[in-house]
Amino acid sequence: MLYREAGQFKTNYVADSAIFPLREDRIGIGLIILAAYALAFLGNSFLLQAVMIPFLVFSLASIGLNILTGYTGLLSLGTGAFMGVGAYACYKLMTAFPGVNVIVWIFVSGFFSAGIGALFGLPSLRIKGFYLAVATLAAQFFLQWCFIRIPWLVNYNVSGALDAPLRTLFGVPIMGPNATPQVRYLVVLTIVILLTWLASNLVHGRIGRMWIAIRDMDLAAELMGIRPLQTKLLAFAVSSYYCGVAGALLVFLWYGGAEYDVFNINQSFFILFMVIIGGLGSLIGSFFGAALIFILPIVLGIVLPAVMSPFGITVGSDVIEHLRFMIVGALIIFFLIVEPHGLARLWQIGKQKLLAWPFPY
Amino acid sequence: MRAPDHPVMTKGDVLLAVENVSLGFGGVKALTDVSFDIRKSEIRAIIGPNGAGKTSMLNCINGFYYPTDGRITFKGVRRPKMRPYEAARGGIARTFQNVALFKSMSTLDNIMAGRSIKMRSNFFWQLFRHGPAIKEEIEHRRFVEEIIDFLEIQHIRKTPVGRLPYGLQKRVELGRALAMEPELLLLDEPMAGMNLEEKEDMSRFIIEVNQQYGTTIALIEHDMGVVMDLSDRVVVLEYGRKIADGTPDEVKRDQRVIDAYLGVAH
Ligand SMILES: Nc1ncnc2c1ncn2[C@@H]1O[C@H](COP(=O)(O)OP(=O)(O)OP(=O)(O)O)[C@@H](O)[C@H]1O
Ligand SMILES: [Mg+2]
Repeated sequence: MLYREAGQFKTNYVADSAIFPLREDRIGIGLIILAAYALAFLGNSFLLQAVMIPFLVFSLASIGLNILTGYTGLLSLGTGAFMGVGAYACYKLMTAFPGVNVIVWIFVSGFFSAGIGALFGLPSLRIKGFYLAVATLAAQFFLQWCFIRIPWLVNYNVSGALDAPLRTLFGVPIMGPNATPQVRYLVVLTIVILLTWLASNLVHGRIGRMWIAIRDMDLAAELMGIRPLQTKLLAFAVSSYYCGVAGALLVFLWYGGAEYDVFNINQSFFILFMVIIGGLGSLIGSFFGAALIFILPIVLGIVLPAVMSPFGITVGSDVIEHLRFMIVGALIIFFLIVEPHGLARLWQIGKQKLLAWPFPY
Repeated sequence: MRAPDHPVMTKGDVLLAVENVSLGFGGVKALTDVSFDIRKSEIRAIIGPNGAGKTSMLNCINGFYYPTDGRITFKGVRRPKMRPYEAARGGIARTFQNVALFKSMSTLDNIMAGRSIKMRSNFFWQLFRHGPAIKEEIEHRRFVEEIIDFLEIQHIRKTPVGRLPYGLQKRVELGRALAMEPELLLLDEPMAGMNLEEKEDMSRFIIEVNQQYGTTIALIEHDMGVVMDLSDRVVVLEYGRKIADGTPDEVKRDQRVIDAYLGVAH
């Protein structure tokens, strides 16, 4: 009797319209958040720096792409570039105005990618599917060209790379070489939780319904009075905002510095795979997808050599890398064919089974 | 709520006038010189054999197509070239011949989506799901629940509509159109593919909507029994031309209508 709907009658629409109507779900979310914060104090530097921070950053980027591709049905291959816009904007802002706290600039930098994203979203009124994907690909290459060719973006750094300057919050270094993984993890975690909560509010309200309406049946949506262009551009803007913030976090709170090529087309595909495997049109799926694609190779890298060494087989990192591509490829094909709603759907099914347990349905 | 630039309409006034409308697709003429009107609070049937241009007519009325020739006047104002969302905001709602629901959404969300234009709280409040956003959500939920009760679909409130049988989908689609509180409701074969009992239910809903809310309805239907029972006036199309227009009794006795229908029947 741990996970039950019974006895939880909704006596008003406020309770019934809640995002997590089940008490168990609310408790579960609370526990997960608590555990995530506890991890900052229990986990070692490797876990935080090499696993948790990137996992959160990619989850945020996946939420961004999911809003566009999963909820609104607009395929984009420009995710990497939109992340880049956020990172470069953040760099310019925090170096130009070092007096303002960097947290402010991280949030503000997202608005720059939102604007650029909406601009490149304009063709979406006329074209969809494959052709729109090609248009976003143009954005990817054009923006990447800007990152390389405009030295102003990196303050004429001779290396051409972005670096993370020292920045503090309440006197504690949160960015730059002196910032500990623990502190950076706490900052990233808090930002990701906040933005996930906001995204969840959006997709569960009027705006989310409008996005899904456009995705499911755009002609009928227009007939409900939903303006297609505005709704799609809003999706582009919000989506790119999330990607932009994720890009800034990636460079300044994870890598600690990066060159333009972290925002290349591979990054775009990487995030797209996370969204597909995690589940199109699901926020929690974005976390699942990021976990699977990012954490899987790390686990493989640790487990496989250990398992194989008793047999005298040494597993090199190149083998792990190949395996990772093969497994991810197989998973994508599996999910596209068998379960287009990804891990999130499997999670949903699992929960429903648990609600009815021990009866089959 | 209603835009003040339109005159207030009372029962019997001409709500929508179609004058000499023609519509061509390349060489195909879907409509040729069609004129008729729809009066406030009536049920107006549009009938005709397959391919007669009935759906094309509705598409012109709600802005999917723009007539190649002719005029459409709505509430006394000649309509400029407009997009479907503008027609929707002007008070025209519609259901489709092939159900066009938002498949992945629940019944509730589909009908809530029909309230999109009535919801005003801004992005900021939506972001926090607070204040006006949640207040409005609850208000509209209440309205939508009334529609759900009216259409007797309480039991499928939370079911994704893609999983519903066809007859129920048609009902949800009607609910979604009603959620827009339209002045003019266009129904494209709302009873196609239904069994007798379902047809009776649907007929009852249509009559009640018309009588309780005074909603003007334009109805395309192949079942002549239903048409004769429901409609105040009937317009008959054949090969894109109007061949008859009048009360069900007048139309039923019209020789051209009899020929057109016998022509298809055998
Ligand atoms: N988008 C289009 N492009 C080309 N031809 C079209 C288009 N839409 C309709 N037509 C043609 O216009 C004519 C009228 O079609 P319409 O769908 O309006 O008929 P209908 O009276 O609704 O028929 P049914 O009873 O089968 O639904 C048909 O010949 C059809 O092929
Ligand atoms: Mg038709």
